[in-house]
Amino acid sequence: MHPLAERIQMEFPEGFAKATEWRGDLAVTVRREALHDVARFLHDDPAMDFDYIVHVSSVDWPDDDERFEVVWEFYSIRKRHRIRLKTRAPEADCVVDSLTDIWKGADFMEREVYDMMGIRFRNHPDLRRILMPDDYEEGYPLRKDFPLRGKGWRDTFEFLDETK
Amino acid sequence: MGLIQIGRREKDGELDVITTTIEKAVNWARKGSLWPMTFGLACCAIEMIAAVSSRYDMDRFGAGVFRASPRQSDLMIVAGTVCRRMAPVIRKIYDQMPEPKYVIAMGSCATSGNIYDSYSVVQGVDRFVPVDIYVPGCPPTPEALFDGVLKLQERIMQKRVFVKQPEQVKKAVKA
Repeated sequence: MHPLAERIQMEFPEGFAKATEWRGDLAVTVRREALHDVARFLHDDPAMDFDYIVHVSSVDWPDDDERFEVVWEFYSIRKRHRIRLKTRAPEADCVVDSLTDIWKGADFMEREVYDMMGIRFRNHPDLRRILMPDDYEEGYPLRKDFPLRGKGWRDTFEFLDETK
Repeated sequence: MGLIQIGRREKDGELDVITTTIEKAVNWARKGSLWPMTFGLACCAIEMIAAVSSRYDMDRFGAGVFRASPRQSDLMIVAGTVCRRMAPVIRKIYDQMPEPKYVIAMGSCATSGNIYDSYSVVQGVDRFVPVDIYVPGCPPTPEALFDGVLKLQERIMQKRVFVKQPEQVKKAVKA
């Protein structure tokens, strides 16, 4: 196993779920409850020193029990190593901890995940839609059960209605 | 009859008399000063910029004075993918332009949505503004855009500017 993954497993034997490595990319999956502590450790520990948040994204696995997967990618500018942190959330309770208090840059990217996939972030300072309009009501467009052509919004032009 | 007729002076036969109709003169002035609105939505805008720059120089056709305000523009070149969220903005810009105004849908996206058959992309800008000329291509070359501008100029020359009001309209206006 990758030395960074070994270290995480050692520090968080309960929270650590699995680590995979593919073509030099390390991905560590942690349990949802331990997410914030692991992230804090990745940021603060001098050997880890992940000071830069690269990206936040999400994956929809419609056939799995824990349907949604949130993915954070971190990079250490000083140590020049990177890691991918994943966690799972079920559809009935798709809430994960926000990491905005550790990396401020997670703010807009977590909002995008919320906008597109409908995953809520606990303790996020301003969890609103970011790409779609605030009054968009059709749901979350990146979910697998969302129709590709949407639900009619793209063809409704209410501003053309002169009776309003 | 062509645009203008050149005639000779009666007293000495010199070539210095021009006869035309006011309609043709007005249309000629309109087609020769098509000021486009400055805005691009996606990659097509790059080709539009190339069309204006020195190599292609759209100013040769009188359509090179890009205005930053819709109130000074005659032509809206919708260059790029139109997202649904952008639609009310484009309509507002169109409504702010003074008559006579023209719209060119540049490229496949503005014409039909192109490959973006998705929840957020409008399937053609003609769903909410009237389009005069469609320019195909992904993106169209500057030459293709010129072709669209020249076609639009041909259309402008065919427009009737001074049309007598029908009696019904006159009555309706009075009442």
